[in-house]
Amino acid sequence: MRGWRSLLPIIVFTALYAAVSLSVTNSYYQLVMTLVPVWAIFGLSWNLLSGYTGLISFGHAAFFGVGAYAVVLGQIHFDLSPWIMIPIAAVLGGIAGLLIGFPTFRLQGHYFALAMLAYPLAILYVFEWLGLQEVTLPIKRDNAMAYMQFADHRLYTLLALAMMFATILLTMAVERSRFGMALLAIKQNEAAAEAAGINTLAWKLRAVTLSGAIAGAIGGFYAVVLLVVTPQSVFGMLVSAQALTVAMFGGVGTVWGPVIGSVILIPLAETLNAEAGSRFPGIQGVIYGIAIICVILLAPEGLFWKVRDFLRKRSAKPIAMAPGGPNIPVAAAVSADLVPLRPKRSTGTGDVVLEVRNLSRSFGGLKAVQDVSFKLRQNEILGIIGPNGAGKTTLFNLLNGFLRPATGEILLDGREMSGRKPHELCEAGIGRTFQIMRPFLRMSISDNVVVGAYVRARNAAEARQLAADAIVRVGLSEIADRIAGELTTKELRLMELARALAGQPRILLLDETLAGLGHDEANEVVAVIQRLARDGMTIAIIEHTMQAMVRLVDSFLVLDHGAVIVEGEPEAVTRDSRVIEAYLGKKWMAHAPH
Amino acid sequence: MTQALEGFLQALSAGLLIGAVYGLMCVGLGLIFGVMRVINFAQGDFMMLGMYAAFYFFTALGVQATFGNAFGPFVAIVLAGPVLAVFGYFVHLTLISRVSGTRTSSLEGEGHYAQLILTLGIALILQNGGLLVFGSVLASIRTPLSSSAWELGPLFYDVSVFINKARGIDAVLSLVMMLLLTLLITRSRIGKSLRAAADNPTAATYMGIDVDRAHRIAFALGTGITAIAGGLLATNYPFHPFVGVEYVIVMYAGVVLGGMGSIIGAFWGGMTIGLVQQMSTLILPTQLQNAAIFVVFLLIIFFRPQGFFGRMVERT
Repeated sequence: MRGWRSLLPIIVFTALYAAVSLSVTNSYYQLVMTLVPVWAIFGLSWNLLSGYTGLISFGHAAFFGVGAYAVVLGQIHFDLSPWIMIPIAAVLGGIAGLLIGFPTFRLQGHYFALAMLAYPLAILYVFEWLGLQEVTLPIKRDNAMAYMQFADHRLYTLLALAMMFATILLTMAVERSRFGMALLAIKQNEAAAEAAGINTLAWKLRAVTLSGAIAGAIGGFYAVVLLVVTPQSVFGMLVSAQALTVAMFGGVGTVWGPVIGSVILIPLAETLNAEAGSRFPGIQGVIYGIAIICVILLAPEGLFWKVRDFLRKRSAKPIAMAPGGPNIPVAAAVSADLVPLRPKRSTGTGDVVLEVRNLSRSFGGLKAVQDVSFKLRQNEILGIIGPNGAGKTTLFNLLNGFLRPATGEILLDGREMSGRKPHELCEAGIGRTFQIMRPFLRMSISDNVVVGAYVRARNAAEARQLAADAIVRVGLSEIADRIAGELTTKELRLMELARALAGQPRILLLDETLAGLGHDEANEVVAVIQRLARDGMTIAIIEHTMQAMVRLVDSFLVLDHGAVIVEGEPEAVTRDSRVIEAYLGKKWMAHAPH
Repeated sequence: MTQALEGFLQALSAGLLIGAVYGLMCVGLGLIFGVMRVINFAQGDFMMLGMYAAFYFFTALGVQATFGNAFGPFVAIVLAGPVLAVFGYFVHLTLISRVSGTRTSSLEGEGHYAQLILTLGIALILQNGGLLVFGSVLASIRTPLSSSAWELGPLFYDVSVFINKARGIDAVLSLVMMLLLTLLITRSRIGKSLRAAADNPTAATYMGIDVDRAHRIAFALGTGITAIAGGLLATNYPFHPFVGVEYVIVMYAGVVLGGMGSIIGAFWGGMTIGLVQQMSTLILPTQLQNAAIFVVFLLIIFFRPQGFFGRMVERT
């Protein structure tokens, strides 16, 4: 089974680590053996939020410290054992995550990172002011086991290892589920994720809550192991740095990263400290720093990815040398299906799927879209054309909820939808692709498309099925297992089309799907779009190249300066003098056939 | 009443004086951040090196003997600037340029992960290397002026304000440096290329500007400026190899307050931090002074994330 096979390395690793740790007798090395899984768990917690969503947190010490202080203060004031307090610390860490996440997720990029930096430091000073500079866990002589105070320190290692194993399983479960897919999609492009039907805020809040809970629990355990808690040792910047160092060193966005980072870095730093720390104070920090710099220059995304890419390249070589390659039969299949001329279909008779009434939106003084109205019928292909800056993409952004219209109505199957969020509109049946492609480069075509399928799918199997169907419809099934980073522009465009299709939309909004394609490639993509329309899909497409469009669409909507100037059948529109003027300028008017 | 007013004016003037130095410190970081968009965690440690450079210029390299006890420290501090600028130049050349600028397009997250961890590594080396080389004893660049003051007033109702002479000179030097930098950025050819590289690196490349070189200059300038600000702070505050961590947060708070990418904004951001820090002593216990900074920082991030002088840019 797929699940079993991927668990095997983790079980083997945990068993080996346990065996080694049991053979260690020196109490200092026993502590080091315990700290490795502790920091690995903390790194995994960081990775769950920052590695998968790409929102870098400098403030994970906030959750760690809350957990650590909860455990110590719980035992001092209420005589509660860490066995009870560590789960409570997890709950508190989760609540802290939710409280911090809710306001902070409004920020993006650097602002998010820097805001996260401020939380633990503000808390640090408050704890100092409260007089909690140095709090010690009371030693329990009798009933020590009930208070998690082991005479044999190797038990701490085993406990930490068990927690690490659980955290890895949890992370892997997240990675495989729609949860993980949603987070990866957010990392790649938050806007595109919303458009694919992912409620980004909800998933980010879940991620930070879970991440905070793990950090809180391991912070509590750390306090039990070290017995003493100071604000600097649990809220300090170095604590947050530790989480991102082990994760980034090992590899971001993979369950193995923090584990690898911790297994290498923690013993290195501790050993250096023990061996040379007294003669050369600070030498461990210097060597630690040099090690980090060397790795990051050689493997900027962490050791795991470097090794994986290296192995992949080696195993990929023989395939590349095989004659032909898997791509050719697909192209042949598509071109066999290629319909050079626009198939005559009865247009204008189907039900109205989308109706837009008097839609307007301005940016400052610029009227990007003004008073646009049109109807889109079932099975119709509508081409939206116009010169650069005519408001075509803005119109799409209004239709799929990236922007709120200032005035006007958007009726989907007769229901008013304007002002809804993108993921709600996607659920309602508006799918779209983007001018700038946003593939998940390390994921296979199938996995890329599955992300889009989760809008409709109730479980992973259904999502796989929807994705597979969508891939067949765009003709990529032969190469569905290839990594997106190896694809050509045409294949990427088709993959994005499949991603939008996997959500089973009522309407597809295609933004310059043919951009950057050569003549033959464009024809292949046009053929795919035609087939979709023939199978009942309703499509609105933005495009510059008239030639391809004339053969593809049933009717045109021509925009200029945000307003509709002409609407109608392709033949009529291309001869319209206003269209020629908008595209070519007044001087060409004389040449226009009247 | 008079006492409260006097306390208020005293805190206000202290805030303005410290704020000017904080402002300069933030400008150093703001320059690097604004031009390169790199979060440099080692900036505080560059500042620490600046403090030690000034210290050794003063004590060991004859500045004390030449310029005397009162003004020697300020000469040493200004001399430390170019030294650290050269240091910054080489740090960028050998390390930072490998994970930033025109090379980052191929990396995940535009190389942000790599930049962060690289500068963290540099910070670790500088802090611990500092411990190895300089030792853990507190050092300071004190002048006789650090413990004497000018008395302003009595202004009214017998209210007078005392201005620490060293802090006064620190503030004036900060303003002079700020003025020079503004002239450099707005008037010179180098300044123009920096602004172009910051505004749109791709377009700047097409216009024949060597963006990586512009980044290097920004990095060197920013390092030198922060080093001078560090030296100025050291006339009143003792320092140690780990002092950078305490200030790097203040720097980022100031830069974000002012609006990322705005040089003059970073100055006012630093000034605000100085004022908040000093004024908060009037109502808060001393331990919460720094907590107050972070609370103000968070409030501003939430209500005006583009800062005082920044613009929001959204793209789909």
